[in-house]
Amino acid sequence: MSGCEKAPGCDTGGSSRRSFMAGLIGAGVLSVAPGVTLYRFAEAKEAGGAVTSAVRWGMLIDTTKCETGCTDCITACNDEHGLTSKGRPRTDAQWIRKIDARDKKTGKQWSLPMMCQHCAEPPCVDVCPTGASFKRADGIVLVDKHICIGCRYCMMACPYKARSFIHEDLENQKSYSPRGKGVVEGCTLCVHRVDAGRRPACVDACRAAGHNAMMFGDINDPDSEISKRLSHFPATAIRADLGLDPGVRYQGI
Amino acid sequence: MIRGLPVLVVMTCLAGAAAADTWVPVPFIPKGKGEACVRDVAFMRTQHMELLVHQRDATVHRGVRPKDSRLPACLECHAVAGKAGKPVTYKDPKHFCRSCHDYASVKIDCFSCHNSVPDPSEVAHQ
Amino acid sequence: MKSIRYGTLAMGRRRFWAMLAGAATIAGVGLLAAGSMEHQGHWITGMDNQIVWGLPHVFAVFLIVAASGALNVASMGSVFGRTAYKSLARLSGLLTIALLVGGLSVLVLDLGRPDRLIVAMTTYNFRSIFAWNIFLYTGLVIVVAVYLWVQMTHRLRRFQGAAGVVALVWRLTLTTGTGLIFGMLVAREAYDAAVMAPLFIAMSLAFGMALFIPALLALQDGPLDDALLSRMARLLGIFVAATLYFVAVQHLVNLYAAEHIGVERFILADGGIITGLFWVGQILLGGIVPLVLLLVGTITPLRVVIACGLIVLGGFAQVYVIIIGGQAYPLELFPGAVETSSFFDGQIASYRPSLHELALGIGGCGVAVLIALIGLRALPLLPAPAALREAAE
Repeated sequence: MSGCEKAPGCDTGGSSRRSFMAGLIGAGVLSVAPGVTLYRFAEAKEAGGAVTSAVRWGMLIDTTKCETGCTDCITACNDEHGLTSKGRPRTDAQWIRKIDARDKKTGKQWSLPMMCQHCAEPPCVDVCPTGASFKRADGIVLVDKHICIGCRYCMMACPYKARSFIHEDLENQKSYSPRGKGVVEGCTLCVHRVDAGRRPACVDACRAAGHNAMMFGDINDPDSEISKRLSHFPATAIRADLGLDPGVRYQGI
Repeated sequence: MIRGLPVLVVMTCLAGAAAADTWVPVPFIPKGKGEACVRDVAFMRTQHMELLVHQRDATVHRGVRPKDSRLPACLECHAVAGKAGKPVTYKDPKHFCRSCHDYASVKIDCFSCHNSVPDPSEVAHQ
Repeated sequence: MKSIRYGTLAMGRRRFWAMLAGAATIAGVGLLAAGSMEHQGHWITGMDNQIVWGLPHVFAVFLIVAASGALNVASMGSVFGRTAYKSLARLSGLLTIALLVGGLSVLVLDLGRPDRLIVAMTTYNFRSIFAWNIFLYTGLVIVVAVYLWVQMTHRLRRFQGAAGVVALVWRLTLTTGTGLIFGMLVAREAYDAAVMAPLFIAMSLAFGMALFIPALLALQDGPLDDALLSRMARLLGIFVAATLYFVAVQHLVNLYAAEHIGVERFILADGGIITGLFWVGQILLGGIVPLVLLLVGTITPLRVVIACGLIVLGGFAQVYVIIIGGQAYPLELFPGAVETSSFFDGQIASYRPSLHELALGIGGCGVAVLIALIGLRALPLLPAPAALREAAE
């Protein structure tokens, strides 16, 4: 339930908000819950529009609903960001990929999408010499391509091999996803969509196709659908022993 | 006679300048669409980098997205039509940014990553 | 103490200019290769999204590590008071600068955006060991330059000791930082080890000395004193032994832990060229054979030069195994499972270096030789032979 009301940067218009709040102030004396909503709404974005750490964006992937061979999320991501193949798989950018795994002893198989895990303690942010790899206040880990020097140290440091280096000149970039030769990039959790109150393209594509394997939301909000699911069903982080506290969790592995 | 020569040369140049409209080549800056830009000409002439650099850092690092400071919006209004009415890219000298930057000989780096024409398939992202 | 006389490089003009032109050509070819990489993009190289750092980084790390070790001769003279080495301090300092700048030029030219070098030198994320290294590398050039200046200026002689200590501490920090570039990466099985810091210190001492001794032999007028050569040869032997010790500790401890068996099996047994480079290049040719040559029997200049050459080759092999081998082994996202994906998960990554990378790496060596030649010709850095003979007694 990551509708417009919960997302920062979503502007429903000043006057409707004022009348809403006026009604609440009357009712708010009588119950606690509207007060909590008030608090969350005001805290989610600062005056001036900056994101805050009141929100932490996360994803939950149910691998039992994820089929081997389905690549809807990958297609959606590539379309959204204009990631086209140059016919050289080893140097083509891949922001999200499907991993098919099979346990050697038991033979159990599973399939899941792997992308930047948006860790709370990202090693890529620690190692970047210029600070181009950074974590936004709301938990999204990004590359500031204006100051990236293309040293690829973050690619060495990422435990999930989430980052790609752009190996050639590019054209016809999407206006909301600028990318160019010589810098490093990775899954942005569709930050341009999230800031507009929408879900990442992969999550939307998975829902639209009816698989419903991917869920997105605010894991700091105990009332969000994703938080409720995380509190009821076991979910793990990949390479959890590294202690990175990723924002992406998986069920069924 | 010799001392008077430089004075003579300068006077001739000034006379020539007075005769011509301008004696220094100036860039031809294509007019943008709409009534006015998001900032006035004086600001843009001297401080468009304020928007492009400092505002950009606020957008990337803090998620601040003022509606009038989006690069695609600038490109939309300042698109210059080329062949078949399609906007020209940065490769073409008629591109809006190049009209000044070629003249001032200041190389810019934006369009190795950013598209230099408005993206027609773009869903309106505010 | 008698004051030592120093001179500039006494090479015939024609020979000097020929060598200069040769080094400049090599450096120029490297520059062209880098220009091509920058213009077309890195797809023309053998590096990709799996093997992210390749041959240029092998050259760069080797040169930088050797640079730090080359300064050891000066440290032994000024900080540790071994008079035999005092007269060699200036040459040591110049070689440090030459090798360091050579290595840095390779590193910088391989960047995806070398035009942003100013950004790299002014915007620092100080949680990054890489940022510290950028600061330390450029700083060492300045520190050693000051050290050389202090040595060459009579009225500043009393600062020699202090300058020597600063240089020593700086280069130990730098080499520790270089080792920790890899040692602090938790993601990769072959790295993530604190022992890489002292390992790199030992490597620097061995590589630096192995480049210094042949340089000294080549530049000296007449034969080098036997006693001094023996002393340096034995010291080099100890450095090689120290390197082997840290390598042994790293691999034996890794073999003990079940979670590291996979990567150890890859490096020590299954890794194809990586395994070959490890055992034959690094251990045998770069370690055991030089140990025998340097510590067993009588020292002759020929033996020492062969040992030095082998140590350099073995050193390249070692850095290649560390950098390429460490990346070739796949990340284990699901221990105990076989992984496949369109992004080459679960596979040993293969790497074929391109000519561009080789040219860039060798170009860096050319830059080092160029700087060394110019420095030796312009500044009085070489001790007169008499001074060396007296010092060795």
